[in-house]
Amino acid sequence: MNVLPEWELMAPESIDEVRALRAHHPGSRFLGGGTDLVVNLRRGIGDPPAALIDISRVAEMKGISVDGERLRVGAGVTIRELADDPRVRAGFPGLAAAARSIAGPTHRHMGTVGGNLCLDTRCIYYNQSEWWRAANRYCLKYGGEICHVAPKSRVCYATFSGDLAPALAILDAAEVEVAGVEGARTLPLESLHTGDGERYLALEPDELVVAVRARRPAALRTGYDKVRVRRSIDYPLAGVAAGVVREGDRLTDLRLAFTGTNPRPLRLRGTEALCGGPLDDAGMERLSGLVRRQVMAMRTTFTSGHYRRHAAGVLARRLVRRLFDGV
Amino acid sequence: MIRLLTYRLNGRERTDAVPDNVLLLDHLRETVGLTGTKTGCDGGECGACTVLVDGAPVLSCLTLSATVAGRSVETVESLAEGGRLAFIQEGFHRKLGSQCGYCTPGLIMASEALLRQDPDPSEDAIREALGSNICRCTGYVKIIEAVRWAAESSAARSGSPAEPAR
Repeated sequence: MNVLPEWELMAPESIDEVRALRAHHPGSRFLGGGTDLVVNLRRGIGDPPAALIDISRVAEMKGISVDGERLRVGAGVTIRELADDPRVRAGFPGLAAAARSIAGPTHRHMGTVGGNLCLDTRCIYYNQSEWWRAANRYCLKYGGEICHVAPKSRVCYATFSGDLAPALAILDAAEVEVAGVEGARTLPLESLHTGDGERYLALEPDELVVAVRARRPAALRTGYDKVRVRRSIDYPLAGVAAGVVREGDRLTDLRLAFTGTNPRPLRLRGTEALCGGPLDDAGMERLSGLVRRQVMAMRTTFTSGHYRRHAAGVLARRLVRRLFDGV
Repeated sequence: MIRLLTYRLNGRERTDAVPDNVLLLDHLRETVGLTGTKTGCDGGECGACTVLVDGAPVLSCLTLSATVAGRSVETVESLAEGGRLAFIQEGFHRKLGSQCGYCTPGLIMASEALLRQDPDPSEDAIREALGSNICRCTGYVKIIEAVRWAAESSAARSGSPAEPAR
């Protein structure tokens, strides 16, 4: 039985058409693969849109281009297309691994790169039925007064769970191309997520991500790993992307970014302190310290924050070791 | 808003009047009357509603009907021909890949998509391709055997030397 609110569905085929439609329908939202938005609409999460703009047929949002060390991926590219692209697998193995690890195979056919970058933040007090949320007097993210995860907090702690953002964030010059009613702009990927679960994207309501770009330093070895409750389908409890440069026996560059822990993708700071020498136990201990201080997993899942912070550290150490050893 | 939706369903083109807010799952079951596709979790987590759109497995509970305009939709009802089960259906029957049966149409359509791409899938490939589908009865072992049986039987019929393991 259908319980969805009434809306008008439009299917433009170019960015110019998208912008014109968005200008005429201020209450509209963008629909990509639907694996995040339709679930939320069905649960009555967020204000019901007066119109949906289906962006899956927009030509400019398709296609992957690889030019040496430069990569550009259209936001409408499906996760499966990204994961299967031989140029991405060869040149950007960490990104390909992140894509391959998203949800299950059917979701990857449907879900898009733009959708994963803009994935709504998640929390056990938010991703629930209307009835459940009403019984708990809603929460800060939608309709309520307090954050049930951190009742004294004035910001929402719902967790960011996208896998592509961290895998892109460890590359150089990661940027998103954004289009809105007023025009186009480019935003560093680092600025796309605000860290406040209530308004988690630094986009205006009329803006959408058209493509993402990044550059790979030639010697950077990249990888991705995560833990989930059910390995074949679930959102990450913790996920980590790593980039390592090794010269002889020395670690000369180390980059790490996490998902599934904080309200935004977390680029780990202070990793340069580990570089310059071999990757030894003292270095690994220092890495654990950085993770403990910066990864701030709250109880937004059925698994405790303490466990997820610990798992993030274990995943990071394993992945860095594997990339450094080149196995 | 209600519009005329023209698409191909199980090989036949048809046009239905469909409101913009109706999910493909509800359209198939309630307007078209094809109830083989099942409503499971209603949130994209279980795969019981899996159908093929342009040959790729899709969760019909998260797909708005209007988005399949001009596309080809296939449901579990498309598989049997002239009353004869397709190999993938017979595999689920012979290998006991189906117990309560509720997840079966979704698993069969996800398997069908896999076999079209990879007619001789390894166990790992089968596990990977069925990762979006949940079964609470079988423990999956018999489902994997069912898909292997279908692959071997269809290879045997098309004249390849592999014999079906019965």
